[in-house]
Amino acid sequence: MTTPGIGANQGADQTRESGKGPGRLTKFSDGLVNVAIKEPGRFFALCLDTFRAMFKRPVQWREFIEQSWFIVSVTAIPTMLVAIPFGAILSLQVGGLIRQLGAQSFTGATAVVAIVREASPLVTALLIAGAAGSAMCADIGSRKIREEIDAMEVLGINPLHRLVVPRMLACAFIGLFLNGLVSVVGLMGGYFFNVVLQDGTPGAYLASFNAMAQLPDLIQAEVKAFFFGITAGLVAAYKGLNAKGGPKGVGDAVNQTVVITFMLLFLENFLISALYFQLVPQKGM
Amino acid sequence: MGVEIRVEGLTKSFGRQVIWQDVSLTLPAGEISVLLGPSGTGKSVFLKSLVGLLKPDRGNIWIGDRNLPYLPEGQLYDTRKLFGVLFQDGALFGSMNLFDNIAFPLREHTRKSESEIKRIVLEKMEMVGLLGAEKKLPGEISGGMKKRAGLARALVLDPEILLVDEPDSGLDPVRTAYLNQLIVDLNAQINATFLIVTHDINTARTVPDNIGLLFRRELVMFGPREMLLSSEEPVVRQFLNARRQGPIGMSEEKDVSELEAEARMGADPGRLPPIPPQLMPSDGRVRPAQSPPGAWLRAHGVQPPPGSFVDETGRNWIEEWPRYVATMGPVGAAAGPGQAPPPGPPPQHPHGPKPGMPPAGGPHR
Repeated sequence: MTTPGIGANQGADQTRESGKGPGRLTKFSDGLVNVAIKEPGRFFALCLDTFRAMFKRPVQWREFIEQSWFIVSVTAIPTMLVAIPFGAILSLQVGGLIRQLGAQSFTGATAVVAIVREASPLVTALLIAGAAGSAMCADIGSRKIREEIDAMEVLGINPLHRLVVPRMLACAFIGLFLNGLVSVVGLMGGYFFNVVLQDGTPGAYLASFNAMAQLPDLIQAEVKAFFFGITAGLVAAYKGLNAKGGPKGVGDAVNQTVVITFMLLFLENFLISALYFQLVPQKGM
Repeated sequence: MGVEIRVEGLTKSFGRQVIWQDVSLTLPAGEISVLLGPSGTGKSVFLKSLVGLLKPDRGNIWIGDRNLPYLPEGQLYDTRKLFGVLFQDGALFGSMNLFDNIAFPLREHTRKSESEIKRIVLEKMEMVGLLGAEKKLPGEISGGMKKRAGLARALVLDPEILLVDEPDSGLDPVRTAYLNQLIVDLNAQINATFLIVTHDINTARTVPDNIGLLFRRELVMFGPREMLLSSEEPVVRQFLNARRQGPIGMSEEKDVSELEAEARMGADPGRLPPIPPQLMPSDGRVRPAQSPPGAWLRAHGVQPPPGSFVDETGRNWIEEWPRYVATMGPVGAAAGPGQAPPPGPPPQHPHGPKPGMPPAGGPHR
């Protein structure tokens, strides 16, 4: 039938017009069922369909590259501007504490834990959800209300294959690079503040960094970033494809996209971190 | 050739609200049908159900031997290639210019070379009078142009079925008249099955071969144009004559007291107005699916209201018809989609002078 997830809510507006409205209790329970079961179910259906559409030919390279470039253009500069103060504030906060404990030479080690493992996936998540996801949802949502998505389906083109898959993959692909960018810029910021402003020594910073850091730290952060990208892309597509009720509906969809993506990404971040500590033995100091 | 669409017992509801139920009708192959109904009776929902954008609760939609609501996804997308759909606002892709919009289906579904695509696109753009606007973005053009561009895009794959959602909404009467003429000309040329959803009475009275009317969650009537235009059924009569007297009220339907008050006031439905002659293709030929004026009425022994089938030049088209067919070519002589367009002036040119309609202007309104 129609692509599940798309237009699943269509016509809800008309329902509201019916004179004999249901009782308040029924409305409440309907709402509950909707939030707890139907919405996640539809979202899951969309995820499965998108996954299936991923392997369809022809691959939409052009759209993928355009979208990747678009995501880079909306996220690269903000990412750097967020990453620098992030590294700096960590150095300031942790540096002060560590100095009191007399373990100043371990500041570099804190940077590994804080920036590479946690901060960079989180900053990536913020940017992917806030900048890329919202823009994507607005784009797909406005296409939906202008009936472009319907027109596309009628022309025999699957919008999941044509629009959603390249966007989702672009989001994940760029997420990988954004994560690297945040790590590099954040470490540079931390190094600068530690060495120049807090009188740390470069040798101690690098030595303690190397003592603590291992390659899986970076890999787990990249894995996180990849899944963040996929999640953000799927949520944006789901909300965009179900936008209804004109421009305000698109605005609402964008708003919900950002909120839902944030929640999901923070949850994913926790889960992947927990898994990481179980699976990969940590280096001793 | 067009394809017949057979709808059986179609029912659709959103949540608790039934939109329409048990709609059964057959859109005959190659004919133009119009679906009418007051605002909010689910005409557009019906149209979207026909292309499988919405899934009906019950019922069948047979297109050839395929039952659309129950097709697997792959076959559904395949079947949709038979359709051309013109959405209300044209539904053009905002990020592409008009040329790319119209070329889109060709680029996606065919392996034609870019030069061939260009030839086809320009041909369709000329057909809808949009030559010269190839580079414009949908945001930069008027509503009428968007509709015509949407029509060109719907035509580019030579559809067997053309669905048109409110061709007249937001257009001035003159442009609506041109668009109606264009629809008739197109039908004569590509001989596809047309369904037009509208509530423009003028369109409904002059363009189609068949008319259907949705009201109160049901298909009140569906049949040949002359059958509905001569019908005494109150809803049909009220709607096709745009009157206040009748069962249709401001919000939806009138209650008993309102109807009684109307009866006390002595509201007289009056005599049926004359049936106008049907719009003819502007190249003067006869559409393959067109039946002679008055044929249905004669076959059913119904006397048309006085003054029927008389155009503004005073000619009676029942008398004119045999001579017209004899001079202008037999029924079914219209050019097929693959053939060159018929000689003579281009069928329409909304910005240019209206082409002369031989002989002396044909029956238009």
